[in-house]
Amino acid sequence: MTQTPDQKPPRAGAARGPSPQDDEPLLVVRDLSVVFPSRRTVARNGAGGGSGSGSDHGAVWAVDRLSLEIRRGETLALVGESGSGKSMTALSLLRLVPEPGRIASGEVRLAGEDLLRLPEAAMRRVRGDRIAMVFQEPMTSLNPVLSIGRQVAEAIRVHRRVSWRAALARAGELLEQVAIPDARDRLDAYPHEFSGGMRQRVMIAMALACEPELILADEPTTALDVTVQAQILELLKRLTRERGTALMLITHDLGVVARYADRVAVMYAGKLMEQGDARAVYARPRHPYTLGLMASVPRLDDPPGRRLVPIPGQPPDLSELPPGCRFAPRCAFVHGRCREERPTLLQAPGAASGHLRSCFGFEEPSGPQGAGAPARAGTPAGEGTER
Amino acid sequence: MSAPAASAAASSPDSPVAPARAAWRELAGRLVREKPLGAAGAIVFALFLLCGLLAGALAPYGINETHLAHRLEPPSLTFLLGTDQLGRDVFSRVLHGARLSMIVALLAAGFSTVISVVLGLLSGYFGGWVDQLTQRFVDAWMVFPGLVLLIGAISIVGPGLGQIVVILSLLYGIAGSRVVRGAALGVQGQTYTLAARSLGARPLYVLWRHVLPNVMPVVLVLFTTRLGAVILAEAGLSFLGLGVPPPAPTWGGMLSGDGRTYMYVGPWLAIAPGLSLTAVVFAVNVFGDALRDLLDPKMRGIR
Repeated sequence: MTQTPDQKPPRAGAARGPSPQDDEPLLVVRDLSVVFPSRRTVARNGAGGGSGSGSDHGAVWAVDRLSLEIRRGETLALVGESGSGKSMTALSLLRLVPEPGRIASGEVRLAGEDLLRLPEAAMRRVRGDRIAMVFQEPMTSLNPVLSIGRQVAEAIRVHRRVSWRAALARAGELLEQVAIPDARDRLDAYPHEFSGGMRQRVMIAMALACEPELILADEPTTALDVTVQAQILELLKRLTRERGTALMLITHDLGVVARYADRVAVMYAGKLMEQGDARAVYARPRHPYTLGLMASVPRLDDPPGRRLVPIPGQPPDLSELPPGCRFAPRCAFVHGRCREERPTLLQAPGAASGHLRSCFGFEEPSGPQGAGAPARAGTPAGEGTER
Repeated sequence: MSAPAASAAASSPDSPVAPARAAWRELAGRLVREKPLGAAGAIVFALFLLCGLLAGALAPYGINETHLAHRLEPPSLTFLLGTDQLGRDVFSRVLHGARLSMIVALLAAGFSTVISVVLGLLSGYFGGWVDQLTQRFVDAWMVFPGLVLLIGAISIVGPGLGQIVVILSLLYGIAGSRVVRGAALGVQGQTYTLAARSLGARPLYVLWRHVLPNVMPVVLVLFTTRLGAVILAEAGLSFLGLGVPPPAPTWGGMLSGDGRTYMYVGPWLAIAPGLSLTAVVFAVNVFGDALRDLLDPKMRGIR
């Protein structure tokens, strides 16, 4: 509540207005912040309260004023390094932020209804039934002492008044749909009899059990063999497409983004850096961080012998963020303003409408909203400082 | 819902609880194969349990049946373990003592485990102020030495079977809640509890369905160790004259009363209940140790 790190971002005009479809997006997140209070209440000389700093007394803003939206049936990829707040974002959409953390502000509108205002009982009816989640670790996300069929059936019975028999039958169907061989004979199997990929299929079946409108998939393939990863993603993509389910795909794998996402949101240190159509972001990133990410992984269309360029430095300590742009210390294009002011998420100049970024502009020296100069957007983060 | 037909629905209509039995059988098998000593302990304990259960039928004489012509007789064929100063058959009394010990053991160990589970689960799963409150209470409780609490409480409510069970249950139950709490904390950190919540399950449902079954190994071990402790505590109380009052035969009472007085003339008076006590407690502890060894490394899931 005490948080006023940035100027009020003029969100309404930026994202909602130019949305191509005029039907309302399924999920609209505005200014969502998740904070973990810190024990270190020793006032660390507040880092200039005037210009506004995100950290009060070393509290950690795991998600800082995040705004995004997901349309029905769309796949949004949430990309970022470890610790950038991707998972926390997903958990906060379900209001399952783990203990000392809490949602400090913002709104999460699912089909117009603000989930953050719902009483807990009503929120429980949303979980699993309207928004479901697939977790990162298939090895620990199933209860070892309950049979597979039982667990899937329970996912149904939490929300639907059906008999065990009916729920188990439906569980068999679901397991079949996620392509588990001999699904119906394996309802009695236990998780340890399944491989990681199979378990993740079970998790997907559980997420699909009540036909939710949105599935949050938190790095669903990170823990899996490379050969299985593609299968799982294909499955997820196909099932969500068939049902018109929206998918928020959390990943750090840019290859996954390119292949499966309609739109991309790039997170860094709890903040959204860039958001836009996946192709557009790929073709021409509008944020130095995205640019850096892309330069650091190989691409198929790379010329042979291109060197991968890592982003120098490390993500900042979330309890001691720099006063300006949080990427500034690692940014190759940093200029004076970046170190003092915090950029907000705004329409990227020269990009298609709806392509947002939070950057003062790196194409032109110190040109705050510099109307898309020709730019060297293609060049990887190199020497180009703009001072 | 694209529908590949709900026809094959009948494949698994069984009650969802069945597979637990297989796990038990497997555990028993491993006990015999890997921990023969523990298995022996289990058998000895089962024998005593049986003795207690069938004391009425097995005992050749009544517990208060006196044979004045045969006072303080050493063990013989008529009196397997001899007689005491009133001519009562020691064997019969030890059998009935076993019954009392077993009743106290099962009840007190059972209740105390239930108390531990309830407190421990609530504390470990909900955390926050619930945890703080219960755990500080447990801390305060454990400041008092067990025996002092026991003696104090008994002297207030008076001796008797019911009182002993209640007090022992509380004493061990509250202390044991920490063990369960620790296990619950571990389970609570597993993704499946979060996953269950993300599907809309209620906290108590998660606790019952997901946390409890996964702390069961710990609970089982806790129960067996409590068995031994409670038997010993009851004997201790009876020894001090605070247990079940005299006409009833208790091992502790037999040791302290007649056993001590006639130690030199009739050592069998003390030897019989003493050995029984030692044997039971040893058996239970060995069994509990074996269980812990079998279950502990598996604490983290896969069974």
